[in-house]
Amino acid sequence: MSPGFTQTDFLSIMPEMLIFGMGLVVLLFDLFGQGRSTRNLAYLTLLTLGAAGYLDVMLLGQFLPGFGGSVIADDFSIAFELVFLVVCALTVLISIRYLEDRGLNHGEYYALLLFATGGMMVMASGRDLLMIFIGLEILSISSYILCGFLQQDRRSNESALKYFLLGAFATGFLLYGIMLIYGATGSIALQDIRAALADPATFQNPYIWMGLGMLLVGWSFKIALVPFHMWTPDVYEGAPTAVTAFLSTGPKAACFAALVRILFEALAATRAEWQQVFWVLAALTMTVGNVLALHQDNIKRMLAYSSISHAGYILVALVAGGEEALAGVIFYALAYTLMNTGAFAVLILSSAGDRERVNFSDYAGFGYLEPALGAAMFVFMLSLAGIPLTAGFAGKFQIFKAVVGQGYIWLAVIGVLNSVVSIYYYLRISVVMYMQPATGDSISTRPPGSVPLYVAIVGSLAGVLYLGIFPGGWLEMSLHSVSRIITGG
Amino acid sequence: MLISFYILAALAVGGALSVVLFRSPVYCALSLVATFLCLAGIYVLLNSEFVAAIQVLIYAGAIMVLFLFVIMLLNLRSDKPLRHSWTWPKLLGIGFAVAIIFQLIGIFHSPAARMGPAGKYSTEYLQQKGAVEVVGEVLFTEYVLPFEIISILLMVAVVGAVILAKRREPASTEQTP
Repeated sequence: MSPGFTQTDFLSIMPEMLIFGMGLVVLLFDLFGQGRSTRNLAYLTLLTLGAAGYLDVMLLGQFLPGFGGSVIADDFSIAFELVFLVVCALTVLISIRYLEDRGLNHGEYYALLLFATGGMMVMASGRDLLMIFIGLEILSISSYILCGFLQQDRRSNESALKYFLLGAFATGFLLYGIMLIYGATGSIALQDIRAALADPATFQNPYIWMGLGMLLVGWSFKIALVPFHMWTPDVYEGAPTAVTAFLSTGPKAACFAALVRILFEALAATRAEWQQVFWVLAALTMTVGNVLALHQDNIKRMLAYSSISHAGYILVALVAGGEEALAGVIFYALAYTLMNTGAFAVLILSSAGDRERVNFSDYAGFGYLEPALGAAMFVFMLSLAGIPLTAGFAGKFQIFKAVVGQGYIWLAVIGVLNSVVSIYYYLRISVVMYMQPATGDSISTRPPGSVPLYVAIVGSLAGVLYLGIFPGGWLEMSLHSVSRIITGG
Repeated sequence: MLISFYILAALAVGGALSVVLFRSPVYCALSLVATFLCLAGIYVLLNSEFVAAIQVLIYAGAIMVLFLFVIMLLNLRSDKPLRHSWTWPKLLGIGFAVAIIFQLIGIFHSPAARMGPAGKYSTEYLQQKGAVEVVGEVLFTEYVLPFEIISILLMVAVVGAVILAKRREPASTEQTP
């Protein structure tokens, strides 16, 4: 490769460069603006995300491999990048009030969110295993720190340490997998690995299979698939609530983006094998996540288990693996982001001021004390449960339709049964909200100054309803963006 | 050549095991130094003296000194040693570990197992051009993007370390206890 870079090289990583650069700017502003409110930094972050979104939309429809093919700006990466930008924007909106309540006026928080988002974008646009790995590490390290951001809170510290130790362990597996695949094929570029696997001698090489196994273990840890999910509830419960909302949506979507790219672009030849593994993992993940969620009294913990089972639904799409199913992955990533972050936004808004309100019993009579918020929460729960006219239904419908179309009837049956079970615990909060009398401990007043939170709630609510009633636009874009992944072009 | 590899490899594995098995953190850290030095030796056997030197400088040198500093500062010695007991998850874990070891042995001995095609960086090529030049050239052309993005990774780690370790005075909005 010649040392000169072309315009295409830089175009292909424009959004990532903007995000990383502005992350540094936010850090600098924080340094020189000591003592002032960090609200301005939050707004600067939002502005950055908007600009990156604009760049992404400009790049739509292009096919720009950059830096010797190690990154690419294609519709697949851009669709996921837009999801990550939405995740990050919603997280910023719900964090402002949360941090102020706890006296945490630290701009580093927003810088770390930007870095994590940049890491996710690198994961989605990386086209060799090295780039994907570096993106994952940037994301992971930022996430570990964000988990421990409540320095004085023991649970937050526990969450950060647990996430760090288990995440590092998972990284080890991932690296072993990458190493073995590199050893067997002589390349880290996804396209070259695909080409090498066309040779039957390479295909029968046990290193490939060992590497594939290690890769699957590593990614399963990061996505929290059962039986690699043990860390999830503790980490999600201990982390600051706004960070929990981020962790349960963004990183999972990013890991799925990278996983789809690796499995379908590089390891497509081994599909028959990993399909079977994922069949079992998907069935286990959906079922165990749901069953454990049934018994939770803490809503944060309930949502943690529910995020496990939602990862299971997305995994079902990977088993099916057609164009429609992969479009379902992208569709569901956005739908889950909106409904999950919306639910967390309501939790944060009602916890504003004095203390965290994250138990079911805290919400007795909430539907009458706060009719609008109660209704919003109700819609988010309906969507998470997958009731028609919400984004959650449209996503599940897309995935299960594709799965049945590919002939995986039993997996679809398990998925639908799980959806039915999940209605119980999602609607339990509505029952508490509307059918139990308010106690003296219930939420009655809300402090002023939470406009960003309202924006987040209204925005996610609108998104959930829009995707539920008019799924066409985003679905079409998802379908369009995965077509090249399937053909491997 | 092969014999020196086996000796170094055995020492490296021994060092790694003693990192896990020693009770005292200082001993663990020193065993890790031994492992790193053996790895450096293996790099030399593979004709990449430059990587070996970097390995010694950065891992066995800088990082280990940092480890030892942290261990001394935290004064971990006063902690009670962890109790070892044979619970069923532990036995299950050992069982799986043994199974994986046997599987690995089977894989490395299987006739189908072979390395992928060799790249252009043969020993002669390295000796002719010089290892440092080759590493530098590759790092700043082919892998310049990962190289630059890793700097973001380090930046995040540094910022994170400061955030987690810094003792903060209560912010202005919070009343002092």
